[in-house]
Amino acid sequence: MKDWFKTGSPWVWLSAGGVSLSLISVVGLLWLIASNGLSYFWPSQVHQFNMVDEKGQKSVVIGEIYDRERIPASQLAHRDLGVEIEGDTIERLLIKTGNRELVSLDFRWILGPQITEQSLPEDIAIVERRSNGNFYGFLEQIILDGEVVDNSRLDELLDRVNEFQEQIRELQQVDIGAINYNLERLRLRERKHVIDGTLTDEVKRDLEAQTQALKEEYQVLEKDLTALRDQVSRDQIVMRAMGGEKVTINFEQIIKVTFNNQLGFFGKVAVFFDQSIGFIFDEPREANTEGGVFPAIFGTVLMVLLMTVIVAPFGVIAAIYLHEYAGKNAFTKLIRIAVINLAGVPSIVYGVFGLGFFVYMVGGNLDRLFYPETLPSPTFGTPGVLWSALTLAILTLPVVIVSTEEGLARIPAAMRHGSLALGATKAETLWRIILPIASPAIMTGIILAIARAAGEVAPLMLVGVVKMAPTLPLDGNFPFLHLERKFMHLGFHIYDVGFQSPNVEAARPLVYATALLLVTIIIGLNMTAVNIRNKLREKYRALEH
Amino acid sequence: MSIASQSADVRQLKNKLAKWFISLGGVMVLFTLILIFLYLLYVIKPIFESAEVEPVGEVLVKPGSVTLATGLDELKEVAYQVDEKGVMTFYQMSESEFRPQGSEILSEALVDGEVELLVTSNSGRRLLTDTQGNVKVVSAKFTAIYPKDSRDITPSVAYPLGADSLPIDEQEGRLVKAAFEMDDEKAIFVAYTEDKRLIKTTLVADDDFSYDSAFEPVYQEIEFTGGNVDDVLITPDLMMAIVRDGNRVFIYDLDDEFSVDLKAELTNVVADGAEITAMALLSGGSSVLIGDSQGQVSQWFEVAAKKGRQFQEIRRFTASTTEPVTAIYTELYRKSFFTLTPSGEMGIFYTTSDADLWHGHIAKAAPKAFAIAPRADALIFADGESLALMKVNNQHPEVTWKALWQEVWYEGYPEPDYIWQSTGGVDDFESKFSLVPISFGTMKAAAYAMLFAVPLALSAAIYTAYFMPPAMRKKVKPTIELMEALPTVILGFLAGLWLAPLIEDYLPAIMLLLIFLPVATFLTAFAWFKLPKEMKARIPEDWAPLILIPMLLLAGVLAFSLSPVMEDVFFGGDIRQYITNDLGISFDQRNALVVGIAMGFAVVPTIFSMAEDAIFSVPKHLTSGSLALGATPWQTLVKVVLLTASPGIFSAVMMGLGRAVGETMIVLMATGNTPIVDWSIFQGLRTLSANIAVEMPESEVGSSHYRILFLAAFVLFVFTFVFNTLAEFVRQRLREKYSSL
Repeated sequence: MKDWFKTGSPWVWLSAGGVSLSLISVVGLLWLIASNGLSYFWPSQVHQFNMVDEKGQKSVVIGEIYDRERIPASQLAHRDLGVEIEGDTIERLLIKTGNRELVSLDFRWILGPQITEQSLPEDIAIVERRSNGNFYGFLEQIILDGEVVDNSRLDELLDRVNEFQEQIRELQQVDIGAINYNLERLRLRERKHVIDGTLTDEVKRDLEAQTQALKEEYQVLEKDLTALRDQVSRDQIVMRAMGGEKVTINFEQIIKVTFNNQLGFFGKVAVFFDQSIGFIFDEPREANTEGGVFPAIFGTVLMVLLMTVIVAPFGVIAAIYLHEYAGKNAFTKLIRIAVINLAGVPSIVYGVFGLGFFVYMVGGNLDRLFYPETLPSPTFGTPGVLWSALTLAILTLPVVIVSTEEGLARIPAAMRHGSLALGATKAETLWRIILPIASPAIMTGIILAIARAAGEVAPLMLVGVVKMAPTLPLDGNFPFLHLERKFMHLGFHIYDVGFQSPNVEAARPLVYATALLLVTIIIGLNMTAVNIRNKLREKYRALEH
Repeated sequence: MSIASQSADVRQLKNKLAKWFISLGGVMVLFTLILIFLYLLYVIKPIFESAEVEPVGEVLVKPGSVTLATGLDELKEVAYQVDEKGVMTFYQMSESEFRPQGSEILSEALVDGEVELLVTSNSGRRLLTDTQGNVKVVSAKFTAIYPKDSRDITPSVAYPLGADSLPIDEQEGRLVKAAFEMDDEKAIFVAYTEDKRLIKTTLVADDDFSYDSAFEPVYQEIEFTGGNVDDVLITPDLMMAIVRDGNRVFIYDLDDEFSVDLKAELTNVVADGAEITAMALLSGGSSVLIGDSQGQVSQWFEVAAKKGRQFQEIRRFTASTTEPVTAIYTELYRKSFFTLTPSGEMGIFYTTSDADLWHGHIAKAAPKAFAIAPRADALIFADGESLALMKVNNQHPEVTWKALWQEVWYEGYPEPDYIWQSTGGVDDFESKFSLVPISFGTMKAAAYAMLFAVPLALSAAIYTAYFMPPAMRKKVKPTIELMEALPTVILGFLAGLWLAPLIEDYLPAIMLLLIFLPVATFLTAFAWFKLPKEMKARIPEDWAPLILIPMLLLAGVLAFSLSPVMEDVFFGGDIRQYITNDLGISFDQRNALVVGIAMGFAVVPTIFSMAEDAIFSVPKHLTSGSLALGATPWQTLVKVVLLTASPGIFSAVMMGLGRAVGETMIVLMATGNTPIVDWSIFQGLRTLSANIAVEMPESEVGSSHYRILFLAAFVLFVFTFVFNTLAEFVRQRLREKYSSL
């Protein structure tokens, strides 16, 4: 034993333990996110529990099993459960029962020993609704325009309603949205004329005529909208809940009705993909706790693209300067220290700087100069997507610089010398020889910057991200790209829904799904970047020999 | 067009332009860093500036009139004067489109005879009595109207309790001293009459004083043991009256409807030989300021002591060393006060921050009438036959070095303490801006994270760099480094919603893991050591990390399954209750342990990656030499490799620390964000970064709060700047050393 310690082998093993533990945590973390995130899309079965409580009263609970845990029997010793308890622990199930109009909480704990029977009735329907969450129950009747019709017509009626809903959405967001946007622009134009003192009668008449035209258009659309709404709310279904209550749900409220217990494996796979696609392309509902995350994805991507446009040239030029032009002097050292420090400054500090400098100082002055007509409500003097992109551009600048410089350093000096010897100027050598060869390294840097920016939340909370953005920063209204607008972001979505929403328990699976999406994007980007870099390294190694 | 066909001049020009352009780009990086630094400083700077007072102008009042009281509107455009005949006259203070500067706007007689007594309430209303026996309450009202698209301030006189004389004394005696205060429901008067009675009169509103001045009077007499009354004050919440008789100060409870009881008498108010010369209530009404003949001002408020709540002297200010304090004036919303002395010297102070902000002579003698503008950005006083207006630049009196970093005795607290509480429900809230709790929280979070991360990351780095076969290293290193790319918001979310409840439920398991994991490692190692030779050949020691994975997982499962048993046997079934009740430590679900683990994970890849690089790049001939001389690999590692790489490891730990200090999302989500000073592992914390994230969106631009948050960001910036520069410096030195070896 003593000898064994003398060899140092136990300590080697202990340090190996560090590696194992790190690996376990990395893989475990990814597995935790993946399993929880994916199970959000997998259709779960709806159970029916026949219960008997301590007073001998019977009840039925229908719902999805959300969580299960074992608790020591001693914790419940003071309560007479009305049944014999075997063993030291009792199983407790958390059931998602939905039906918010009937019960105050859509989750409840039930105790294992009180369950007398557990079954999976095939005809339990899950009604996914636009508000109030899911409804679990049995489909009793379908009422078509006041008359009871056969239950088999459910799908047909749902398709019809969803088509109308799509038309309503289109009408509201695209057409009516455009009219409101243009009306606001006309109002601002009039104010601008007033401020500039150029509001002649002619201009005024012209503006009024335009406003009038828009208002008339609006009336027509409104009529269409009302007609569509009437169509949508024509039919109802009657559901029977677990307590036997009958609830009428209007089709207007229904997104879809599924019978999960009837699904076979392939049916479930189909639902799984359907749900995943819906998650990515749908709008959020119920204060972001249900529905999809499309605006958040859109906002993240747009902000990151804007940032790339800013950071890529800046970072590449800085790297070229450092590697190709800067002399070996104190000043260059200073710049290098600046790069290292920019990489190490906490992200929240960038947020504070962005808020103070970009939003209030630059944005505030822009407003005074170019948008006096909207004051006192700010245009650029408030957090927005442009300021977020700029702030993150500074934050990711060192990533691009370091990566590009590494690429430049790997290019053999012979290539530069060759080009210069043939009479090319330094700029020509850079443009025609060095940059093309270094482009994969630049690409790596940009991808890493994007990955970093996509996951950064803290500074964005100060400079532009919001919980719910009413409009996307890119739409069909001139000038199409609205840089001053606020946007939604996947990372912030996780924080907001997971920590600020009223019903965290209900929202948790969605947060896991969002986290999975974000992790997939970021890990994917990182792996791509690392692959490009590795390939590049090998290529240069070949060049050197 | 091919390059060759361009003329050489154009090409050279292009070359030069490119050089300039690229150099500019490079310099911009440095510029950006400096810009951030300077901008943060620029925002912070005003909070450390002291107050400034400068005269802006004056208006001449009616010749021969004596100004008894004066005041200003919010925008400092219109001022008023109440003279000895009880006439209120409004003057235009600054040039406007409608009137020249100095013109009289409105003049209204408030009472019929000569003014005998004029008292100002905390909210700026005036109580007047005249020789005819009239008693009235008036206030100046300013309305902004917009004729011709520009603003005009129109003054008027308002009588909140009606224009008729008020029946304050039931016996209709004359009032010698008086104080009054009112809200929408009632107005309370405490007065000392000519025939030496101390009375309290309550005018109860029939409906609401904000729109109807009808009332019902209720009369009470206060039992007064003193000889004479020199001063009376009523707190704005109508709860207490402070009555002074010479050097004795009595506090009366006004809350009881039926009797007015003596609540306390202040003791040892002034030093021997000194006399009380002035008294005032600080904004909010919980502190009394007492000025004496030796130029001292003391602040008193109620604190919870052993014998119940007691008035206590909290701190002292020196208004003058040679003269008495003749008057103390307080601001409406902030804890600032102004003192005056007979020679016309004024002092500006702030109580909470213990700040002596400004001293100077404003007039030849102490002005009789003096008022602070509603926004506290100016003051006006009677100077002979004119009203003088002075601009006061005193934006951030509440911030001093002492208020930020030392213990401060806040109103209502039993003792001086470090507290961060930036906003409260009321306008006159005393902001508590101690950076100590949040700086402490930052250090605590970073310390626990490092406690977790450093051993794990360094041991992993040592093994990966020194013992691991290259093929395995190629896979393992990127995998661990992958964790660095993981967004911290996800780590924070998992820490807050998954890990925190898990740790709460399985706390004993976490303790067990601390023992089980090393034990499992040693057992596995020993078992491998005892394996027969041929087995060893088949499972080489290089595979240690892989062999250990199932073993560690097994140890984990064992720890978690033993956890409920442990809880039952040692902690009476519920460890949370055991900790709170038996150990007396409060337990938060989101505590330092959770933060330590979660942030530890975020820091592990940073430290691992850099430390691994440092160890791996130790020149091979050093290790070969050591091994050749007969040292075991472990001895070589400890005595040669680690020693050589120690600067690199140091800089890795520094970088990790820098990251832990600045990390925002994890601490935001995994702690309760409670700003407390406590090292307990079971309690939450609030860090500088999380504090910024939580409070910045709500803070008003340009306010002290906003600037202090910038200061917090600046502290973070400087902190990480120092650590990063140090780490980088050490790394550079190391690189040079290696290249010379």
